[in-house]
Amino acid sequence: MARAVTTQRKIINTAAAWAVGLAIFFPILWTILTSFKTEAQAIADPPLFLGFDWTLENYSVVMERSDYAKYLWNSIIIAGGSTLLGIIIAVPAAWSMAFVPSKRTKDILMWMLSTKMLPAVGVLYPIYLLFIKLGILDSKIGLVIVLMLINLPIIVWMLYTYFKEIPGEILEAARMDGATLKEEVIYILTPMAIPGIASTILLNVILAWNEAFWTLNLTAAKAAPLTAFIASYSSPEGLFYAKLSAASTMAIAPILILGWFSQKQLVSGLTFGAVK
Amino acid sequence: MATQHSRSAARLMMAPAVMLLLGWMLVPLIMTLYFSFKKYLPMRGGDLGWVGFENYARFVTSSAFWPSVYTTLVIVGGVLLITVVLGVFLAVLLNQPMWGQGVVRILVIAPFFVMPTVSALVWKNMFMDPNYGLLAYLWEFFGAEPVEWLSKASMTSIITIVSWQWLPFATLILLTAIQSLDSEQLEAAEMDGASAPKRFAYITLPHLGRAITVVILIQTIFLLSIFAEIFVTTGGAFGTNTLSYLIFQRVLESQNVGLGSAGGVYAIILANIVAIFLMRIVGKNLDA
Repeated sequence: MARAVTTQRKIINTAAAWAVGLAIFFPILWTILTSFKTEAQAIADPPLFLGFDWTLENYSVVMERSDYAKYLWNSIIIAGGSTLLGIIIAVPAAWSMAFVPSKRTKDILMWMLSTKMLPAVGVLYPIYLLFIKLGILDSKIGLVIVLMLINLPIIVWMLYTYFKEIPGEILEAARMDGATLKEEVIYILTPMAIPGIASTILLNVILAWNEAFWTLNLTAAKAAPLTAFIASYSSPEGLFYAKLSAASTMAIAPILILGWFSQKQLVSGLTFGAVK
Repeated sequence: MATQHSRSAARLMMAPAVMLLLGWMLVPLIMTLYFSFKKYLPMRGGDLGWVGFENYARFVTSSAFWPSVYTTLVIVGGVLLITVVLGVFLAVLLNQPMWGQGVVRILVIAPFFVMPTVSALVWKNMFMDPNYGLLAYLWEFFGAEPVEWLSKASMTSIITIVSWQWLPFATLILLTAIQSLDSEQLEAAEMDGASAPKRFAYITLPHLGRAITVVILIQTIFLLSIFAEIFVTTGGAFGTNTLSYLIFQRVLESQNVGLGSAGGVYAIILANIVAIFLMRIVGKNLDA
């Protein structure tokens, strides 16, 4: 017998969940609202929620003050490039781990994940020196490589979990029909693995987009992405709340929109394929 | 059965990823070890020769060392505790029948998309500022004295900010796990007269064990190295200097690479202790 849910209980659930959801979302909502206020309204006492004169002035000031398009472009190249490069390297590795497992597969996976535990700051200076030697300090290619390397274990791990769910019988049938290894990968595995790969890409774009240690420490004027753009607003002039809000909104909007549109893949990606 | 041929092909396919990660691990590690035995001041003379274990001794005896280890563990532990407890609560709540579940889920995930520099700046200025922050208004509204969050309650503030960022992740994983729980089992327990708290404690919570492990594992990896939240808010002042941040200060602010590298080796050791501890639990839990 299915439990009948009373309307009353559903109303209580809905109210509670919405209240909690709005509370968690509030800092973002408040930032977006403030970005449309004047500086005086932004610090008005009592705070103004909706009853203010909406203005786009802050956005034009931020655009004038810093070259938003350049930072945005750098973020796109760095997050997108590192993710794509990571996928290209990880797909074959994850494929072989999932379909030709050996006794050491689990150990290799664990070892890969453990490289993520190496504290970045412990190796900052060596990497900094190497980058100078190689002439890639403050370059997009340098950051693409570093972010690819720090996210590679997660990419391999996620792809491995997704690939493992593809039934092995299909592969055997293909092999019986004379498919070569290459054909197997291209015609059978890849199409079946697309949803998993999509989730992996999404999550890693977000991780790379928001990465704020290497992007802050290995870039200066040329290759700085949005994390650096926003960090430049942390100086004592932080009292310009409306402009700070406009800059913040501009920094998070692309990824917020991308995340909301691809919620389904993202939810699956966020669990790192480890929970069903 | 995998043939010999596919075995060697598999090894070949794994090679790029393994080689790259091996290089990424070993090259900086060896360089860090090398610098840690040197007196190396890039701005004041550069390489001033070998000094044995002097950097290690100096780093560990500096008055900032043990507090920084303590701070690191408190932040990681505090955030884990808050996100797991609230995450379980939220997952149970969001799993109830309601209107607009999809929208609520979007609202709850949103903080995960916000880059750490932005969330730290927004919290610092617009919420925790003692003069103009929203929390100050709230405190005044209830007749209380506004709190200087980042200087007087610095750890609470940092843990709050970081927990806000990671709560979505914990909630989502736990929600996904809860949704796979067999509802008939819960109904049967209810018919047998098990109260709601009992059903939660004996059925729901054990079912979440694996998901909680995943949350703890992945969050710990990211939390051990939080940087932007401290860089932007307190800059390591007011007792919020984590081990990572302390090393960052030695290397970049004091330009003492030898000392910072010795600190890096300590940080690597600490991370490994945590890692071994985690892998023990997770290895067991993930095999299933």
